Amino acid sequence: MAGVLSQRGSRTSVKAILMATTSSTLDSKREPVTATAIGTRRKRPFLLDLYSTAVGKKYVMAISGIAMMGFVLFHMIGNLKMYMGETALNHYAEFLKELLYPLAPKGVVLWILRGGLITMLLLHLHAAWSLTRLNRFARAVKYQGPRDYQVAKFASRTMRWTGIIVLSYLIWHILDLTLGVVNTTGTNGEFVKGEVYQNVLNSLNRPVVAAFYVIANVLLGIHLFHGAWSIFQSLGWNNPRFNTWRRGFATAFATIVVVGNVSFPIAVIAGIVK
Amino acid sequence: MSHLKNLKLKVWRQKGPADSGRFENYTIDEISDEASFLEMLDVLNEQLISDNKEAVVFDHDCREGICGTCSLMINGVAHGPQKATTTCQLHMRTFKSGDTIVVEPWRATAFPIIKDLMVDRGAFDRIIESGGFITAVTGGAPDANLIPIPKPVADAAMDSAACIGCGACVAACPNGAANLFTAAKISHLNYLPQGQAERHKRTEAMVETMDEHFGSCTNHGECSAACPKEISVDVIALMNKDYRASKFKNRKELSR
Repeated sequence: MAGVLSQRGSRTSVKAILMATTSSTLDSKREPVTATAIGTRRKRPFLLDLYSTAVGKKYVMAISGIAMMGFVLFHMIGNLKMYMGETALNHYAEFLKELLYPLAPKGVVLWILRGGLITMLLLHLHAAWSLTRLNRFARAVKYQGPRDYQVAKFASRTMRWTGIIVLSYLIWHILDLTLGVVNTTGTNGEFVKGEVYQNVLNSLNRPVVAAFYVIANVLLGIHLFHGAWSIFQSLGWNNPRFNTWRRGFATAFATIVVVGNVSFPIAVIAGIVK
Repeated sequence: MSHLKNLKLKVWRQKGPADSGRFENYTIDEISDEASFLEMLDVLNEQLISDNKEAVVFDHDCREGICGTCSLMINGVAHGPQKATTTCQLHMRTFKSGDTIVVEPWRATAFPIIKDLMVDRGAFDRIIESGGFITAVTGGAPDANLIPIPKPVADAAMDSAACIGCGACVAACPNGAANLFTAAKISHLNYLPQGQAERHKRTEAMVETMDEHFGSCTNHGECSAACPKEISVDVIALMNKDYRASKFKNRKELSR
């Protein structure tokens, strides 16, 4: 320390003082790690270091959640074209492939967006998986008597389950209407790429599939009901000016997405869209 | 003053940290409704001692709701059914004659059971230790109100400082997270001018020490509902924001 003090004023010594005082916790493994510790910290590159903490992972959860919320909302709005007829919906599908064309070749922007969404989904999944693991470690022995939750909602208690079911629905949905692998089973007509309107009708005319779409979207709504509120807390967006709006925003967002999405299978089954 | 009759207790008994433990059933024939929950346990212990059995071990100290020593999961709720109340301030009038009351210790990996209902909350001390101290001018006693603090800020800091460190937030959290405790301790100093010099160092160190012991926040709000001092989950949002700021600011400071 004496050596550090004698060099005070030079650029390196300020850093040395900081190393010695401010950030002893930043540069070395923290001591002591006690018997109850369930994890230890080691030095990592900055972003990974941020991600290594639970708070950092919640940031990733929230940011990837926002990206996917944006997708879900615009996906629903785009699908409303179904009510404007076959040409409108098919033309919209073509438009997505031609985003920024002729600046970018056809399909490139769409694939960039898809790549971003896949990355966000993977980050969301990894954060959820590792946080769940952490939480299991944090209470290795569960309460032996029954718990009586005071305020935890059904939505917040079931995030993992709604998330897993929505993920399996997402995989089915891509197999059904993007790749068409499971589209034609037991229906009239073949899956034709680009014939979006007819493909949707073929798929949703199967009552079991329509019911699956309805259930999955209601579960997505429950997931969003908690997630869209939770984002504000995780990102530290807390202010008396808008705190009362956070719950309302999440409820409204979830409702709009669910009502829009659930209307499609119902409209097809009811024969409103033919 | 009336009495409760024929109370059935289901109490967690565990000989030591290595014992697997089990519930044991006891009966309290008669107890005043003005007795506190801990006084009821005292009565139980007197019964056990006169029967030549070992008394139930539980944490308690001030018995006036300000020290944060008492704990207990009562019927699956931290500190029992009454809102904003510690176990020592919970009175038997909250219950009815013939009730069955299940009493369990806090459960978290960071809070190992020492014996029966007593747990080691030392992990909270690790978090506080890592926060370090604030720089204060020493010497003669300073004048009162030497540092002006706006009233709403002082109030907010006081709301956070009300945390007694009882651990109910961890016990109530479905994930065993200590975010409410850590956030209360962080925001208490981060609100005030005296806490600004070490703000970022403290926030980063405390959050990362918390991370070594506890689970993660999924925003259920159970912590705040269980908190005997009714600390709001707003402090958790402040901690999240300050942690982000601290990570970047501390990194920038290092590069100077």
